[in-house]
Amino acid sequence: MSREFGDAILDLRHVSLAFGGVKALTDISFDVREHEIRAIIGPNGAGKSSMLNVINGVYRPQQGEIILRGQRFTRMSPYKAARAGISRTFQNIALFKGMSVIDNLMAGRNLKIRSNLLQQAFWWGPARREELAHRAKVEEVIDFLEIQHIRRTPVGRLPYGLQKRVDLGRALAMEPNILLLDEPMAGMNVEEKQDMCRFILDVNDQFGTTIVLIEHDMGVVMDISDRVVVLDYGRKIGDGIPDDVRANPDVISAYLGASH
Amino acid sequence: MPELASGQALDTFPRLLVEHARVRGGKPAMREKDRGIWQCWTWAEVAEEVRALASGLAEMGFRRGDNLAIVGDNRPRMYMMMTAVQCLGGVPVPLYQDAVASEMLFALLDAEVRFIFVEDQEQVDKVLEIREQLPLLEHLFYDDARGMRHYTLPYIHDIRELMAMGRIHDRNHPDLLDGEVAAGAADDVSVMLYTSGTTGKPKGVRLTHAAFISAARGGAAFDHLGADDDILSYLPMAWVGDHLFSFAQAMVAGFTINCPESAETVMNDLREIGPTYYFAPPRVFENLLTQVMIRMEDASRLKQRMFHFFMAVARRSGAEILDRKPVAPLDRVLYALGDMLVYGPLKNVLGMSRIRVAYTAGAAIGPDLFRFYRSIGINLKQLYGQTETCAYVCLQPDGQIRFDSVGKPAPGVEVKIADNGEILVRGPMLLKEYYKRPDAMAEAINADGYFMTGDAGLFDADGHLKIIDRAKDVGKLANGAMYAPNYIENKLKFFPHIKEAVVFGDRREMVCAFINIDIGAVGNWAERRGLAYSGYTDLAAKAEVYGLIQECIEKVNAELLGEGPLADSQVHRFLILHKELDPDDDELTRTRKVRRNFVAEKYAPLIDALYSGRSSQYIETAVKFEDGRQGKVAAELAIREPKTFPIVRRAA
Repeated sequence: MSREFGDAILDLRHVSLAFGGVKALTDISFDVREHEIRAIIGPNGAGKSSMLNVINGVYRPQQGEIILRGQRFTRMSPYKAARAGISRTFQNIALFKGMSVIDNLMAGRNLKIRSNLLQQAFWWGPARREELAHRAKVEEVIDFLEIQHIRRTPVGRLPYGLQKRVDLGRALAMEPNILLLDEPMAGMNVEEKQDMCRFILDVNDQFGTTIVLIEHDMGVVMDISDRVVVLDYGRKIGDGIPDDVRANPDVISAYLGASH
Repeated sequence: MPELASGQALDTFPRLLVEHARVRGGKPAMREKDRGIWQCWTWAEVAEEVRALASGLAEMGFRRGDNLAIVGDNRPRMYMMMTAVQCLGGVPVPLYQDAVASEMLFALLDAEVRFIFVEDQEQVDKVLEIREQLPLLEHLFYDDARGMRHYTLPYIHDIRELMAMGRIHDRNHPDLLDGEVAAGAADDVSVMLYTSGTTGKPKGVRLTHAAFISAARGGAAFDHLGADDDILSYLPMAWVGDHLFSFAQAMVAGFTINCPESAETVMNDLREIGPTYYFAPPRVFENLLTQVMIRMEDASRLKQRMFHFFMAVARRSGAEILDRKPVAPLDRVLYALGDMLVYGPLKNVLGMSRIRVAYTAGAAIGPDLFRFYRSIGINLKQLYGQTETCAYVCLQPDGQIRFDSVGKPAPGVEVKIADNGEILVRGPMLLKEYYKRPDAMAEAINADGYFMTGDAGLFDADGHLKIIDRAKDVGKLANGAMYAPNYIENKLKFFPHIKEAVVFGDRREMVCAFINIDIGAVGNWAERRGLAYSGYTDLAAKAEVYGLIQECIEKVNAELLGEGPLADSQVHRFLILHKELDPDDDELTRTRKVRRNFVAEKYAPLIDALYSGRSSQYIETAVKFEDGRQGKVAAELAIREPKTFPIVRRAA
């Protein structure tokens, strides 16, 4: 499969983040090119999730800047990130457990809904048409993720692996151009992991979505990523294509637990 | 014989389609749930798409007599392709969609296919896996374009391209297709179905338009099927039953076929469509009942009591009311009340509110199961037939239903019993030939033109046919007593806790059995007892589970005692297998019939242990996972001896 990447769509420059005296990230710089799958790996506590939270504005770094499509953000916020087409999934699943899969996915499109509360309450004219159009989009996601059989099931009743898939669906419903995945395979069995890999690759391939993912499972990361950033104790210790990263002595020592 | 407007007889499927498009062009012919909505094709639209498909095939060089393989789930375009192929005088060859590539290879080679139509990327990949071994393959079409963007091989086409090409071809040669349809004859082969191959290599069974149309007309008239009926088409298209119900009968009677959204949504889709005509193998009815029972056990006290009270009423009189037999007036009133409170809602949950006729076949159905459905007012019947007879030999007439017989010979069919007990069948629905196997054909048809079914059976006093076993499986125990393994296995499988059973005893001094527990039913049973288990192997080895199964076997032994010549077949020793028998491991056929000899060979040490009196045996078995990986399951299997009953023989 030949893969073509565009220019850097997201560029992080000299980002540092500290919580009080704890330095979560120290002077991290890397870029993400359009249409690529970019992985962030590292041992526990390396700062992977913090990195993701910086990208979509949950944490505000003390230093550094984020350049998104040439636009400079020193103060990113989750709202701005969402408006700019960044959506994400969460390690511990962010869904409304009591709501059905469809309702959760519809909620994922919230940002795109134009009609106001009153119009929606009466489901009148434009609001009705709009909802039908959104529902059609949601059905596309359902079809894509092969979750037709659980369309109307409350999310809380689903097994964990499927909840993860619905969480991905919720992020996809926004039609993002950058998708941030926080440990999409955590807690899954081999079969579920394979399915999830396939969906991630398909999203990237069919919609051209740029993907930034954090993952513990090294096999998965090396198989599906185009480029990998390695963090350890809040510092970047490696960056490159999977084969280079695998051969990097710093990375090997970090993962094999050599003394620091 | 009715005629087309143009004067051609309605004796081939393409002509039937043309006629339906003319008479009821605006009525729904096919539905499929897609993106959460039921999409509909009218007869006129189906005729148009079939025309485009056929013209496209003609443009691609498809010739009269060619075979075209069809592999996929039930989808409208898959059914349309069958008729399109028939329009050109070709033969559609539907194959089981869950077969692995190497299994498909045999049929694809045997049928010498140049054209294959598959559902999606998964099936395309299977064909590509064996591409090197298919030198004749010229074109591969797919229906679902998902994931196909990177397949640039020149012989792989989207079915929409074929149709677009066909529409152009049709404009340039407007008379070609009508000519091809007119050139078709009733005794042309209309479909080739591969037998599942319980014994030896699969054989391609060639059936004609005349055969399937006569079977479909007979069945449709027998059950008064009309253009307003709805059927859910969800069973494999490669199976003769689906071809009869979802294709031939729909084409003859003009009713609507409904394709589910996916295999997982069948239950939901069933509820939404509410078919009037329904077919399911016994295991589907069994699963449904198991689910209902499990949910009832979790229901509130009041609901449980209501359920049990009215189910008792239904057991007493439901089946009689359905058969229009006299019933006590009080029961009639109670039944009407029960219908409002229990049976009606239950049928609604099962998606069976509108069912007029439901059939089951393919395996024996348990008496309790059969009676349950009939007692809540579902007209469940049995039929008997095989691939070679268009699944059309015996049908149960309304009002004369029994669980242990398969009914009377269907209209137009002659049935007789040979001296050795084998059932012989003759009629217009018989196969034309086995593909390239005149030897097999000569073995299957006797001098008088009867097809030898290979089943052993007998007619009861009312002329109903009763199937005992496969003729070749009926053996003798060491003491000379009759031994019918399937008969015993079916008795065992009627218990909800037993999923599969394999018994041994031919030319042996006693009958022994392998058991597969039903993980759903036994799992639930274990949960309610607070019995922890980690998976199938663990659960199967529990002493409590052994006790449960032993009770079932002892009940069967008690029943067998009362059945004359079969009293010697009581099960003396059994074990519970450590893994579920699986088609992927070749232990079951794709239609889930046990391949007895294969199982016997594979588990030979276990059989030795059963007959050598040991109390346990260690076994290690290789298994194939769904994703193609290999693994191993090992366990120490206990062997138990259930109670058997002494046979009192009267002095002669």
